[in-house]
Amino acid sequence: MTSKQSPPLRLTIWRQYGREMSVGVFLLLLLGYFGSTPGFLRAENLRDILINAAPLVIAACGMTMVIVAGMIDISAGSALAVCAVVAGITAKAGAPLPLMLLLPMLTGAAIGAVNGWLVAWLRVPAIIVTLGMMSVLRGGIIWWTRGEWIGNLPPSFSAIGRGEVVGVPTPVVIALGVVLFVALLLARTPFGRHIYAVGGNPVAAARMGISVRRVLWLVFMLHGMLLGLSAVVYASRFSVIQSNAGIGFELLAISAVVVGGVNIFGGQGTVWGSALGALLLQVIGTGLIFRRVSEYWAPSVQGALVLLAVVTDALRTRRAGQ
Amino acid sequence: MRRLVKRREAVLVVLLVAEMAAMQWLSPLFLTAENLIEVVRQSAEIGLIALAMTLVIITAGIDLSVGSIVGLSIMVMGMLWADAGLPLFLAALLALLTGTILGGFNGILITLVGIPPLIVTLATMAGFRGIALGMSQARSIRNFPEQFLQLGQGYVLGIPVQVWILAIAALLFHVALTRTGWGRSVFSVGANEAAARLSGVPVSWVKLQVYMLSGFMSALAAVIYAAHVSVAKPDAGLGFELTAITAVVLGGTAISGGEGGVLGSLVALLMVGFLRSGLTLARVPSEAQDMMVGLLLIVVVAIDRWSRWVETR
Repeated sequence: MTSKQSPPLRLTIWRQYGREMSVGVFLLLLLGYFGSTPGFLRAENLRDILINAAPLVIAACGMTMVIVAGMIDISAGSALAVCAVVAGITAKAGAPLPLMLLLPMLTGAAIGAVNGWLVAWLRVPAIIVTLGMMSVLRGGIIWWTRGEWIGNLPPSFSAIGRGEVVGVPTPVVIALGVVLFVALLLARTPFGRHIYAVGGNPVAAARMGISVRRVLWLVFMLHGMLLGLSAVVYASRFSVIQSNAGIGFELLAISAVVVGGVNIFGGQGTVWGSALGALLLQVIGTGLIFRRVSEYWAPSVQGALVLLAVVTDALRTRRAGQ
Repeated sequence: MRRLVKRREAVLVVLLVAEMAAMQWLSPLFLTAENLIEVVRQSAEIGLIALAMTLVIITAGIDLSVGSIVGLSIMVMGMLWADAGLPLFLAALLALLTGTILGGFNGILITLVGIPPLIVTLATMAGFRGIALGMSQARSIRNFPEQFLQLGQGYVLGIPVQVWILAIAALLFHVALTRTGWGRSVFSVGANEAAARLSGVPVSWVKLQVYMLSGFMSALAAVIYAAHVSVAKPDAGLGFELTAITAVVLGGTAISGGEGGVLGSLVALLMVGFLRSGLTLARVPSEAQDMMVGLLLIVVVAIDRWSRWVETR
């Protein structure tokens, strides 16, 4: 970025999208590897992978903004459960489709607004705020629902998760829309550039006249809103909504973002990488089931993948720095 | 800085007394010796972890993997004893070694490779738990010998065994942190890493030691926990990291590093324990308690931040 001579185009593309491309190649290799298992590469199965990955892809987009801004959110799994329950209750009350989408998104935005306010204005570290919020939301939702499941969801609600738009499953359409929206927001708007600036160097960003607080607050709010949407897509695929939904979901979302090459110190990364990272996690999850690897090993594989990604990054930066 | 920490500990003790008075008013069963001892016993395992967590956070780090280290070392002990037929004593020692190695693994990735502690331990939190579940296929190990169970259920001079262990460990940690050169280097690493390095503190070595200690204490907690609940299960220690970190931060150790102390963490842990016990006696459901503990964490840190902000104006 700081080199005086502009490098050849090929190199620029590699430098800018190198990580996205290597995750993509890795994804193809994995598909090839699991592809030798009968049934894995069937269109039906690939379609299922895309549908199952959709909620994670949507949440990873929001998490990308949070991590690019130099923050973290570990309350995302609990927030997902709260939004899913709100979605279920709205749907059961017979609300029309727009309301079924809007209310959970508003709920998520409200949670994000509280997190963001505490982080941006009271300067409580994001890890503490969201750690506390994680127990507040999880405890609150189990208390409120008394741990009961929400069943008998109306067909209009299930249509979101199981429906199709011109042959493409609705969750996939929504996820693609969100990826495009966040990608444009980050790359093509002043607000997007401000997020990178705040994550890269908050002091410098403030000197440039950017309202760091407002940017952080909006990032958390937008992230919450996307979590609400993710919750609707997530919940509408099942016939019941459990109050213990989404335990560990924050780990998956952060993993997807980190595997996708977003810099954990903030200021760098794209939403394309995160989306590919989310897809990669889903392919591995499904692939292991096809290979009849006990599901108990799955968290180890996920953890190892994250470590692999960050260690590669660290070594690459070190070599580049020398 | 010291005075600030002392003040925080004093505030905590006052809060603790007020809380106990309130609980007594809620339920006359609260202030009985049995109940108080029971609360301390319930807090002992997490207390051991919180001691080491305090050091980790003083070096400006964090360790989210402690709960999973508990799960993995408890299964190492259980399987070495039940499947490999090793004597339980030896199996427990090997579990402690396992915990130390797991902590060392975190420490090496943090110091040598330079990955932020939050990300390393987030990944190993999933990783270690997965290994514990995978190698045991989620089964439980029971029927530990009576002598071993004494470690978690017995008494010495009317006080539970693990409370003695916690008290001795707390004393050792407190002395090491406040009275030795090593303790000073722990503080200096967290306060200003570059300055510490310039003044000759082996920064990476100190950090590595702190994470190994965190792994060791988690394994020690695991052994005691197995004796306490009479079973080794791979999901043991789930969520311990949350309670431990909450206690450390409530206890006045700055999450940004450089200041804090182990006594504050223990007082805060007891405060949370007494709060939960009192609320349980008052028939408040445990989910509502989780909620209140989360709120407590946010509110206390927010007030702390706010008062510092006012002071600097």
